[in-house]
Amino acid sequence: MRIIIIYHKFRETTGNLVLMGINGTTLASLKRGQKGTIAAVNAADPQVQRLMVLGLVEGAEVELAGAAIGGDPMEFRLFGTGISLRQEQARHFSVSADELGD
Amino acid sequence: MIKATETRIPLKDISVSRQPKASIAVVGGPNSGKSTLFNRLTGLRQRIGNYPGVTVEKHLGTLKTDDRFIELVDLPGTHGLTAHSFEEQIAIDVIFGRMEGTQPPDAILAVVDATNLYQGLYLVQQLLDLQRPLVVALTMWDAAKTSGLKIDLGLLAERLGGIKICPVVATTGQGINELRNALVNLADEEAPLPAMAWPELAAAAAELAANASIPLRLAEVERVLIDGAAGANVFVLQCLGPDAGSEVEKYREQLFGPEPPLALEARRRYAWVRSVLDEVQVKMPPFYSWRTRLAAILNQPVPGTIGLFVVMAIVFQAVFAWATPVMDLIDGASAGLGAAVVGWLGDGALSSLIADGVIAGVGSVVVFLPQIVILFLFIILLEDSGYLARAAYLMDRAMRAVGLSGQSIIPMISSFACAVPGIMATRVIPNRRDRIATILAAPFMTCSARLPVYALLIAAFVPARDVGFLNLQGLVLLGLYMFGILAGIFTALLIRKTALRGPKPPFALMLPEFRRPNVQTVALQLLGRAKVFLYRAGTVIFSVAVIVWALAYYPRASDIDPVLDQRQAAAAQLEQSWLGRAGKFVQPAFEPLGWDWRVSSAVIAGFPAREVVVAVLGTVYAVGDDADEARLSARLKSAVWPDGSRVFTLPMVLGLLIFYACCLQCAATLAVIRRETNTWRWPAFAWVYMTTIGYVGALLAYQLL
Repeated sequence: MRIIIIYHKFRETTGNLVLMGINGTTLASLKRGQKGTIAAVNAADPQVQRLMVLGLVEGAEVELAGAAIGGDPMEFRLFGTGISLRQEQARHFSVSADELGD
Repeated sequence: MIKATETRIPLKDISVSRQPKASIAVVGGPNSGKSTLFNRLTGLRQRIGNYPGVTVEKHLGTLKTDDRFIELVDLPGTHGLTAHSFEEQIAIDVIFGRMEGTQPPDAILAVVDATNLYQGLYLVQQLLDLQRPLVVALTMWDAAKTSGLKIDLGLLAERLGGIKICPVVATTGQGINELRNALVNLADEEAPLPAMAWPELAAAAAELAANASIPLRLAEVERVLIDGAAGANVFVLQCLGPDAGSEVEKYREQLFGPEPPLALEARRRYAWVRSVLDEVQVKMPPFYSWRTRLAAILNQPVPGTIGLFVVMAIVFQAVFAWATPVMDLIDGASAGLGAAVVGWLGDGALSSLIADGVIAGVGSVVVFLPQIVILFLFIILLEDSGYLARAAYLMDRAMRAVGLSGQSIIPMISSFACAVPGIMATRVIPNRRDRIATILAAPFMTCSARLPVYALLIAAFVPARDVGFLNLQGLVLLGLYMFGILAGIFTALLIRKTALRGPKPPFALMLPEFRRPNVQTVALQLLGRAKVFLYRAGTVIFSVAVIVWALAYYPRASDIDPVLDQRQAAAAQLEQSWLGRAGKFVQPAFEPLGWDWRVSSAVIAGFPAREVVVAVLGTVYAVGDDADEARLSARLKSAVWPDGSRVFTLPMVLGLLIFYACCLQCAATLAVIRRETNTWRWPAFAWVYMTTIGYVGALLAYQLL
């Protein structure tokens, strides 16, 4: 039993590492006004699945529209609609970010 | 007999009448403009009920047509057919026809925000698998145009299995007639074909359903496959046959492999939605309006937060100041009416019951209405304009630090005026734990009913000395406000660490564009709120007021010395009434706090409504219940114990103030907590907890100072 738990912990951690490893960019590291396409989602967490039901899935284009004081929570634009996430949740979504314009 | 359709006849009676009947469920996402559309379709032909056993409101309305009786059910907003909250569960249960006391819908009206087809089509696509007649209303059609969206409606309808799509602007009524015509015969129409966004899933569901004992809908079996056999799905699983469990497991393995089913569903369905959007929707450069410009400014952290504080200040000011004249008027009217009754009927049990019991009781309910109406006017305006979500987003971090969530900000601020509307406002908080923590913290905020007590005691006993360039009296008042805030924060943190410990709720807040609220919708919602308060909370407050009256009135004194004047006679009557006896009885418990029996009786009388304490102190110290403050405070200052020492010393007064800052002496608040949590457990806990803290605080103040 313990081995299974350790195995799952390992998969979770490596899963996260793989996510971060693509180019280290997650939704949480986007700059204001920067766009990106979600490349991978760490879907093991039921709370993340809840966000996927709202449309934050691989292939969706997202833009960081702003943030509250202190940078948390953050506001994203998803197909023209505003959606707000806390930083810790935004980290579960790795993105391939577009170059920031200007 | 066509008129008969307009009156409220029980549903079962309608079905035997000549008019055919159909029920249509109104389904849509939380910000889809669903309620505005529902109000536009049904107008005043609607009523609010409750689902069995829960506090979620059930909104029913009838669609007026020539030969049909069509009932619309406005469901709580949901993003999809998997429930993530209590309200979503109710919406889904009604959609599937599993809700007790609500008949299964014959057809579905799906409400989709035209500016947010992405999320809207996800839901529509799930609804198609329900195999019921379906119509889509595309709301905010005007906003879609100004934001540069071009939608090919013909192509969209084709991709959605040929269903009817009605673009509408609910606020102006544009397109409403077409939608109404589409709804009239909807129940008789063929169900559309499933969307086939995920053919493997649909095929598996169809195969399973083929062996079912009763006809099952594709969507029902799909939910079993994806969400597993939990909750209402257990019943569907049973219908699938005796060994369906292993069959379902086999299909799940085949369809999902190691992936979480819900995640895979979201991926597959949104991929389909994107492919549809690529075909039917063209994004043109948006037209910049003042609203988009305002949103752009309020998006920035600092201007946004400053804007929030300005809005909060206006709300606070409105609830506090604008309501006061009306409340004074109600107070005056109920006092005047009471006096008139005594004038008519003379002095007697009946006239006292009517004047001091019934009229004062009704007055104590109605007096809350101005604040409730004003606060809810603001909340509804803020919510419908889309600002409430933004306020929650801006305040989330600060509120999270004290164990609450961003959505708690409005209830907490409102509670400075009155906890009753504040607690009613916690409905905007979706997470149950956050909501109950907010409800328990809210009554600690210094409400306007505490002010008369504070004012009396501070003016009489705190010296008006200057401390630096501040006044000591003002400082004590400020200290009491701060004390309330800190006690509320402490309570929220404590409760989140103990009874309501649990995983941090996901915070995903949709931030809609600013939009103009619709007058009709605002008015209807306001009316509903006021009614709910008067019926549900009002009955409790009223009964308690009558009980306290009886305690103070009975038993009648028989041997009051005739030489006493009226005021002294009233004081003597109170002394030997049940209330006075209760005061004397509990006095040993309050003696460590430095209270004599008079203070104890006044505090007991104040339990239903704390502001009553001033009037009772007036009676018990024989200055009359309409005593002006100066005379009353002079009497209080001269009150002595039998041994001649003064009752109202500074430590005792500070203790009394702390007691009032904590103690939940408000039947209205208790009634509203009961109503909003749907159990007596929470109000009972809040009462015991707050009274204990108040008692201990007063004890420490008296013994240590």
